[in-house]
Amino acid sequence: MAKVIGAVDINRERCKGCNLCVVACPTDVLGLQPKEVNDRGYHFAYTVNPDNCIGCASCALVCPDACIEVYRVVEK
Amino acid sequence: MNIEDIKRSENKVYSKPELLNDTPMHYCPGCSHGVVHKLVAEVIKEMGQDNNTIAVAPVGCAVFAYKYIDVDWIEAAHGRAPAVATAAKRLNPERLVFTYQGDGDLAAIGTAETIHAANRGENITIIFINNAIYGMTGGQMAPTTLEGQKTATTPYGRRIDLNGYPLKISDLLAMLPGTCYVTRQTVHTPASVRKAKAAIRKAFENSMAGRGTSVVEVVSTCNSGWKMSPEKSNEWMVENMVPFYPLGDLKNNSEK
Amino acid sequence: MKGNEAIAHAAIRYGVDGYFGYPITPQSEVLETLEALMPWETTGMTVLQAESEVASINMVYGGAATGKAVMTSSSSPGISLMQEGMSYIAASELPALVINVMRGGPGLGTIHPSQSDYFQATKGGGHGDYHYIVLAPATVQEMADFVGLGFDLAFKYRTPALLLADGIVGQMMEKVVLPPQRPRRTPEQIKEQCPWAATGGSAGRKPNIITSLELDSAQMEKNNERFQRTYRLIEQNEVRYQEYFTDDAEYLLVAFGSIARICLKAIEDARARGIKIGLLRPITLWPYPYEAIARMADRVKGILVVELNAGQMIEDVRLAVEGRVPVRHYGRMGGIVPNPAEILDSFESQFNL
Repeated sequence: MAKVIGAVDINRERCKGCNLCVVACPTDVLGLQPKEVNDRGYHFAYTVNPDNCIGCASCALVCPDACIEVYRVVEK
Repeated sequence: MNIEDIKRSENKVYSKPELLNDTPMHYCPGCSHGVVHKLVAEVIKEMGQDNNTIAVAPVGCAVFAYKYIDVDWIEAAHGRAPAVATAAKRLNPERLVFTYQGDGDLAAIGTAETIHAANRGENITIIFINNAIYGMTGGQMAPTTLEGQKTATTPYGRRIDLNGYPLKISDLLAMLPGTCYVTRQTVHTPASVRKAKAAIRKAFENSMAGRGTSVVEVVSTCNSGWKMSPEKSNEWMVENMVPFYPLGDLKNNSEK
Repeated sequence: MKGNEAIAHAAIRYGVDGYFGYPITPQSEVLETLEALMPWETTGMTVLQAESEVASINMVYGGAATGKAVMTSSSSPGISLMQEGMSYIAASELPALVINVMRGGPGLGTIHPSQSDYFQATKGGGHGDYHYIVLAPATVQEMADFVGLGFDLAFKYRTPALLLADGIVGQMMEKVVLPPQRPRRTPEQIKEQCPWAATGGSAGRKPNIITSLELDSAQMEKNNERFQRTYRLIEQNEVRYQEYFTDDAEYLLVAFGSIARICLKAIEDARARGIKIGLLRPITLWPYPYEAIARMADRVKGILVVELNAGQMIEDVRLAVEGRVPVRHYGRMGGIVPNPAEILDSFESQFNL
C-alpha cells in the first residue's frame, strides 16, 4: 500500500506562536517551544513528532502568518 | 526516506504565496486577517492578475494591507473604499479591483458607499472581514457585535434597547440587484480555508467578467478584542457568530 | 452659455477622464450638461452621479490615485462635506480639480451667490497642513479656461487645484471661446507622466501605493516638509493677478471673482468724478499676490477690500500691507450683491472723501 510521508519547514522568525497549526494538525506533529522564543519574543511552533507528518498542509492552510512550508512524498 | 530527502523542491506542496512579501504582518497572533491575506495573494497570482490589480485598503486593522501583498494599492479614508474602488474600476475597466474592509469600515461609517456601490453593480469585489468588534481602536462595539457581547464600549454586553441590533449587512447586499455573488465564509479550519479561497476566486472572476458586485464576508475572530486565545476564539466564533451569521452563499448568480 | 455649462464643455475638451458629482444649487448644470453631452460616447470620459459629496470626493481620490484626470464640482455645503477627502487628496499628493460655486452660508444658508468660503478654500478647510491651488474666475471665459489651467497646475505640482467661483459667475451667461478638443491621455502617456500612480499595471516595477498614512513621526515630518517645499515652489511660480487703473491710482480696491467686475464699474464712475481708484484682482487666492499688494501699499493712500462676505480676504490684504496704509472692508452677505454706487458710497465714507 502506498504510504504518504511529509515534512514541514517552519519560519521561526515569522511565527507568532498562535498555536492554530498545533490544533489543526491531525497527527500531532507540531507544538510550541516551551521555553525558547524568537527575536520578537514568541514561543514559535516546531515539529515535536516530525515522523508523524503526512504532508496534509492543514497547519499551513490555517497559519495566519504564512510561516509553514509543506512537503509530501507518496512512497509506493 | 529521511527528512532531507522529503524536503526537496519537487515535493513542496505548500509555501508562502509569492505575492505575500516578507514584511512581517502587524496582526495579532492568530488573527484571521493573515489567512485571508494569504488567500487573496494566492488567488490573484493563480488568476494571472498580479500585474493587473488595484486593491483598496480600509481604515481599521487592515489599514496596512498594502504593506504585505505586492500589487498596486490605494489606502482609502474610513468607509470610503467602495467609492474609491468605483472610480478606480470605471476608469480602469480592464483591471481587477477589490476592496478589503472590516465591519466598522464597511457596515458603520461606510454603509452608504457600500450599499450604493453594490446597488450600481460596480464590477468590484468586496472582501469583508466580520469579527464583530473594532480591533484597531481597542475592541469597541461594531455594527456586527452580537447581542450580549462584551466590548470596550458595551462592557456589560450589547443591549438591543441601548445599542440596536447587530447588522447583517451581507443579507442586505444580497437583496440588491447590483450584486451577483454574496457569500459568507470562515477560515478557522483547513476545509473552511479551501472553501473561502474558492469563494474569493469566484468573486474575482465575476469582477473580471463584469457580472456586478461580489461580496465575500469572512466571519472572523479577533482574539485580542475578544480577550481569548486564538483557539478559544475559533470555538467562540463557531458557537456564537456562525448561528447568527450563517455560512454559505446568500446569492450566487455567477456563471460556471 | 452659463459659467457652469462652460466648465462641463471645457472639461470634455481638456480630455478629462472622469467627473464624479452630486447635485446642489447653484452648480447642478455642470453635472446636467455633462450627462446631456454624453462624453463617454465621444472622448470616453466617465461621468457619474454619486450618492453624496462624500462619495464624489472619494471617487476623485480613487481616480486620481490611478493617474487619471478627474474632477468634481459642488457648492458650499457640499464642499464642507468633501473636506476630509480633500485633505486625503492633498496628503497623497494627487492631482485633481475641485470646483466650488459658492453660495451664502453658514449652514444650509441660501442658494444665492456669496464668497464666504474664502477661508475654507485658502487656509485649508480640512485637517492638517495643506493647500490647494485656488483659482478665482470672474468671467464665463475664465470658468472655461481655469479648468485646463487647474489641471495643468495640478499635474505639474502633483497637488490638487480648487476653482473657487461664486453663484454669479456660475449662473451668468456670456460668450465664451472654448478650448480645442484634446484627446484623453493614453495609458502610456499616463505611465510616463504619473510613474507614481496605482494604475494596476505593475509589470516591471515595484507596486505603487497611494496612502497618506505614516506612523513614524520622523518620516511624517519629512513628508510634511516635502509638501511645504512644493507649496513654496508654487508660491514662487504661480501667483496670478490682474491690475486695472493702478498706474495713477491714489486708492486701491482689492476684489476677486465676479464682484471685481462690479468694482471696475464703480472705479469708472469714480474716475468720471476725478477720484483715481485702481483695482487689483487676485486670480490665484492661494498662492496669494502679497507682493503685488505690498507694492501698491507704498503708492496709495488707502485700500478697500470688497467681498461678498463678512471680511475674509481682507486678512491677507492686511498681511501684505503690514499697516502702512488704512485697509477697510465692504462686504454684503446672505446672497446680496452690491451695485457700483453702494461700493463707491462705502469707499467715500470710509476714507472721508
